[in-house]
Amino acid sequence: MKYFLKKDGVRTAIATLLSIIIGLIAGAVIILIVGLADKNLGIKEAWKGIRLIFLGLFSNGYQNGRLVFGFNSTNIGDMLFRAVPIIMTGLSVSLAYKTGLFNIGASGQYLAGTTAALFIALKVPTTPQTAWLVWILAFLGGVLAGALWGAITAMLKAFLNINEVLACIMTNWLAANIVTWLFEGSGLQCTDGNKQQVIWKTMHNGVGTWRMGLDKLFPGSQQVNGGIIIAIIIAIVVYIILTKTTFGFELKACGANRHSARYAGIKDKRSIVLSMALAGALAGAGAALYYLSGTTEFHWQTYLKLPGEGFTGIAVALLGACNPIGNIFTGMFLSTLDVAGTKLSFLTEYNEYITDVIIAVIVYLSAFSLLIKMWIGKLSKAGEEKRERKATAAAAAGNKAPVPPMTEGKEGKA
Amino acid sequence: MSYLIQQTLIYAVPLMIVALAGVFAERSGIINLALEGIMIFGAFIGVLFVHLCQKYGVFQLLPNFGNWGTMQLFELLGMLISALLGSVFALLLAFAAIHLKADQTITGTSLNMLAPALVLFFVRIIANQEELRLYKGDAAEWFMIKKGMLGLGNADNFLVNTFLNKVYIATFVCILVFVLCSILLYKTRFGLRLRSCGENPQAAASLGINVFKMRYSGVLISGALAGMGGFVYALTTSNCMSNGDVAGFGFLALAVMIFGNWKPLNIVLAALLFGLFKCLAAGYSSIDINGDGVKLLFELSKHPTWGKVLNPNLYRMLPYLISILVLTFTSKKSRAPKAEGIPYDKGMR
Repeated sequence: MKYFLKKDGVRTAIATLLSIIIGLIAGAVIILIVGLADKNLGIKEAWKGIRLIFLGLFSNGYQNGRLVFGFNSTNIGDMLFRAVPIIMTGLSVSLAYKTGLFNIGASGQYLAGTTAALFIALKVPTTPQTAWLVWILAFLGGVLAGALWGAITAMLKAFLNINEVLACIMTNWLAANIVTWLFEGSGLQCTDGNKQQVIWKTMHNGVGTWRMGLDKLFPGSQQVNGGIIIAIIIAIVVYIILTKTTFGFELKACGANRHSARYAGIKDKRSIVLSMALAGALAGAGAALYYLSGTTEFHWQTYLKLPGEGFTGIAVALLGACNPIGNIFTGMFLSTLDVAGTKLSFLTEYNEYITDVIIAVIVYLSAFSLLIKMWIGKLSKAGEEKRERKATAAAAAGNKAPVPPMTEGKEGKA
Repeated sequence: MSYLIQQTLIYAVPLMIVALAGVFAERSGIINLALEGIMIFGAFIGVLFVHLCQKYGVFQLLPNFGNWGTMQLFELLGMLISALLGSVFALLLAFAAIHLKADQTITGTSLNMLAPALVLFFVRIIANQEELRLYKGDAAEWFMIKKGMLGLGNADNFLVNTFLNKVYIATFVCILVFVLCSILLYKTRFGLRLRSCGENPQAAASLGINVFKMRYSGVLISGALAGMGGFVYALTTSNCMSNGDVAGFGFLALAVMIFGNWKPLNIVLAALLFGLFKCLAAGYSSIDINGDGVKLLFELSKHPTWGKVLNPNLYRMLPYLISILVLTFTSKKSRAPKAEGIPYDKGMR
């Protein structure tokens, strides 16, 4: 058990779990306090809210005035669908983070991807036979647009020396305004009833993601489609690129230390632009997968608010320790929370914003996950000598010595 | 013209006070990316305070209710409370960044996510909709100073029309606070010590300065200024309404701070420039530049060819475009505090 705690991966997993639990408890405490403070809510409503936060995915609504829980294929299908965009933006943030960049610009790249995908999917005329071709075109368009937007941000950093965080923020808002501008005169606004502020669903033009049999697996969910499978495949590809290829190594080396990477013959500026372009492509792909589903509406007046997926992506990435495979699971976890939030506002007097609070708390905690990891390490301090003896024996046998515990000096510069 | 100046000031003043908030944090060595979040939180607290006071009739308890002077007192109280709570919110950043040596960029981002989520959660519960407004009336009716109130109803000169008519006292208080805080940071012993912690904390510590304390004060002052700025923004630009959003104002303030090279006077100029562009975006349709009754920008936006480019979408983009341009030119020679973003470690040299 003690040796188990020494492993870095295990400690990361425990730190992640701790962050999640603390985040959920924080949400529950807020619900409880609000419930006690507000006469209209009371402890009964608060108890409902707390149960929904933890078990929202399994909620089956009311029966005889009581909340009932159990397997619910609709919820799980919806969860899988909503996980798609945030897994992708999570991958985007992860990839950038591994290469030394903090990508707050995923929102802007996501918007760029949305716009390109929607324009292609709705403007190119289709027949039932060619719809799949248009889908692929629109998807690639979204990917390219995201990549382009990411590359622009990266060039601001690489060539003009602007801090990437600020460059990302400014390009986010630029994208938000440009997107509004583009859609304003596009003639793509929905004309059904009084839905002027949304764009047609892509099904209007016959374009929609394949279900890949998932609608049979999760009957009842209107949304679930093959996007989640594509997202998982992309996550695996990103993992392979980052860990098994020279290209990925160059990107990471450049992220670890730009100057020494250049000394080693890696073109640092090219690496920065490429990794941000890749990150942008991932965010753009997420947007394309989400809006090409054919069942989602896009609110085109984006200049007022940036899409939340970009910021949730930060949570997905940090929670998964920026590991592409880990992102699949953290993405699904956060979309589980999302479903729970919907249930919360549907079934109780509370609203879905509490899940955003929980996500923010989790990100806040992950900022010092290193400290939590160290703290876990301290738990295993007892019996240190015994392990050391073992380690020397192992080293003598020609094996690698276990990683030494983190020291305080190591976490100096972030 | 006086409309243009007034509108510019309305946007420039929160910008410059929040940019100064950024300066206080960064000069002490902590990157405060959470300015946006603190503004959102401060705006909510201020609006909530006024809302509750109206609801429970606290205004009416005062001896001369309805007198405009009393209302100014309430406005100032709102500013004070949002500043205090802004500090409390910034404590989250201070604790993580100073005590736990967390990554300041991530902490800041998380607070930027936390503030709108918390605010919207409570707004929905309190108001049962997406935005919290005043309980009754609007900001102009309750708090705006008009020249008639000052006994200047008949005066019709430029100065009175610009600075004493249809203004909020918050604007002037912010300018005063800006000056006082700049003096605090640059002309006092405390300010010198605080700045030394942002340049070389180890050297500062060797001279007996408590780096932790200085960084805490830097971040807390930063939170207070940003919280107050948030409320002033909500009061003067969005009619005392809180909806968990300040439209990227906190980030613009960061750009203003960098453009202003972390120095108060330059920040004022930068804020005025950005304020002007923000004002173009918000009020392009009613700006009459030379006073001949022709609203040039509005006419242009309706023009068949020019209107394709010179329309509100472009004006809304301008502040961000300008920031990128400005950062391009200033980033090479900008002098950021040397130790910003690096957690203080006694053992490091």
